[in-house]
Amino acid sequence: MQAFTGLSIFTILMLMALGLAIVFGLMGVINMAHGELMAMGAYTTFGVAQFFKAFLPGLMSIYVIVGIVLAFIVTSIFGFLLERGLIRFLYKRPLDTLLATWGISLILQQVYRQFIDSREVEVPTVSWLQGAWQMTEGVTLPLSRLFIVGLAIATAFLVYMLLFRTRWGLRIRAVTQNRAMAGAAGIDTRRVDSFTFALGCGLAGIAGSSFTMLASTGPTTGQQYIVDTFIVVVFGGVESLLGTILSAFIIGQMQSWFEYGMSGSMARASILALVILVLYFRPNGLFAAKVRR
Amino acid sequence: MENVLPAAAAPAAKKSPLALMERWGWLILAVLLLVVLPLWLDVFRLTLAAKYLSLGFCAVGLVLIWGYGGILSLGQGVFFGLGSYMMAMFLKLEAASNPDSSSGTALSAFFGGEGMPDFMVWNSVEVLPWWWEPFHHVGFTIPAILLIPALSAFVFSYAVFRKRVGGVYFSIITLALSAILAIMIIGQQGYTGGVNGINDFRTFMGLDLNNDKAKHVMYFITVVTLLGVVGIGTFILRSRLGKILVAIRDREDRVRFSGYDPAMFKAFIYAVAALFSAIGGALFTIQVGLASPSLVGIVPSVEMVIYAAVGGRLSLIGAVYGSLIVGSAKTLFSENFVEYWMYFIGGLFVFVVMFLPEGLAGLLARLREGKNRRENV
Repeated sequence: MQAFTGLSIFTILMLMALGLAIVFGLMGVINMAHGELMAMGAYTTFGVAQFFKAFLPGLMSIYVIVGIVLAFIVTSIFGFLLERGLIRFLYKRPLDTLLATWGISLILQQVYRQFIDSREVEVPTVSWLQGAWQMTEGVTLPLSRLFIVGLAIATAFLVYMLLFRTRWGLRIRAVTQNRAMAGAAGIDTRRVDSFTFALGCGLAGIAGSSFTMLASTGPTTGQQYIVDTFIVVVFGGVESLLGTILSAFIIGQMQSWFEYGMSGSMARASILALVILVLYFRPNGLFAAKVRR
Repeated sequence: MENVLPAAAAPAAKKSPLALMERWGWLILAVLLLVVLPLWLDVFRLTLAAKYLSLGFCAVGLVLIWGYGGILSLGQGVFFGLGSYMMAMFLKLEAASNPDSSSGTALSAFFGGEGMPDFMVWNSVEVLPWWWEPFHHVGFTIPAILLIPALSAFVFSYAVFRKRVGGVYFSIITLALSAILAIMIIGQQGYTGGVNGINDFRTFMGLDLNNDKAKHVMYFITVVTLLGVVGIGTFILRSRLGKILVAIRDREDRVRFSGYDPAMFKAFIYAVAALFSAIGGALFTIQVGLASPSLVGIVPSVEMVIYAAVGGRLSLIGAVYGSLIVGSAKTLFSENFVEYWMYFIGGLFVFVVMFLPEGLAGLLARLREGKNRRENV
């Protein structure tokens, strides 16, 4: 049961961290607004739920799917605009990108607070995700969580296919490995950057959408997850997607096991401390890939 | 005083008022803080100014490590918090041993927790934890504020820098550090006061802190210390150490190949910045009467960076102005239209990074250069 709780924390962290890792690995850009993009996905799902409740109550059961797709679309469009409007001017100054995106995140938080709701909002659970699956005697798994885990696995699989089985993926990997050479070979690196950034933001949107099924969303939800997400990325080794997934898994599991023995917040603090300690011995993360810089 | 980074001013520039402002920056700042502000502001505003100046210590430290060292620390709140909490522990124990000095302690003395901080009594902590004991003495507290944050910063950052972790990785790790400390403070309510922090103390070594005279005195102590800190920073930057620091920022490998140990230099300057922040934290607590986790966590730690960025990341004096300006703006917004503060500060981050990477000091230098060019034509 503990392991399963850890699994659902893992899914959120993994979806968030995948997006962040792709963007950071490719462009060396730290996106501090990633958490707010997750919240944006969550709010999009919330909006879809409200819309279905008001206009299409008969189709309420499929709003989750629409919500996920729309969350991806909305956040990736926002990400694309963010890249075009701000981040592309700052590629040479990674520390400054960090500060500028922090500014964006503060603005987004206030937008949520002022125009959506300053309190936390919740979405209704659809009928086919209510209830639980009785695996064996005494072990029941809530269906909604199973769905999220399935969604995360499917998303990770799709990202894998995109990166390693399509031409776009080939271009992204080429630019990640050696930007100058990729450019010389005729790849439009700027377009790859925009596309990848939008993809990373879209993944945050999916994370937000599945987050609504676990907990309620508030203006500061994103900020609560951003540090953990960064730690997941750094812990896993920045250029390695498999490392990111594994480290999200490890940290999610640790979180739920530690919570068994101490309060939730102290568990978070000790995990962060533990990860910093591990990073001291493996500065490039657990599963670092070799990349030419 | 502030002529470290830009090339020496051209002779013609000496006459222009802008160049004079730069040359005499330290003196102008001293006059402004020691004469103009105390005469102009009432006690309430002056205490607010003192509050921002206390935060300015962190900004000055950030200029050293970020502007000149190239290390962006998002964990200055940790050291500010350490200084602030150590001072608060001392003040709280003083308040606790003297029940008349605080309403809360009078109450807890009534309930039998004599000599114990009130929040401990409320959280049914019955024995003073051992690490609170030494803070009964001012002779321990002040050296502790000066030494513990600086030493821990040195040990931590030397370990990290020796592993050649830098850039955004270092920023993320320090960000996590400030998250850890804030979470721990909030989680251990019985020992740290939790979310409410430590507050409600009225005397500092028997000196009543709440009357106007004490507030004035504390303001002047803060200003003089801050000016001293800026002076030390300038001295460091002008020394050979400062040159090596800039060299490390710009081309670390080359400095290493020349036989220096960059980690040692970076750790040293990081410790200096931590020391500055801790002093600021202690002064903050005395004047504002509060040590709170809301000044330790991620949000305040990143906010300190914008103070330095607004003033100019290469200008120690600019950092002081930056803290005053952003701090006053915060007060202005929170008094009039609080919901727009987040837009303002968020927009400020974006604006400064995009259009004013060297802050107000950079703007000043650019204006002066433009003027020189016109004069020379």
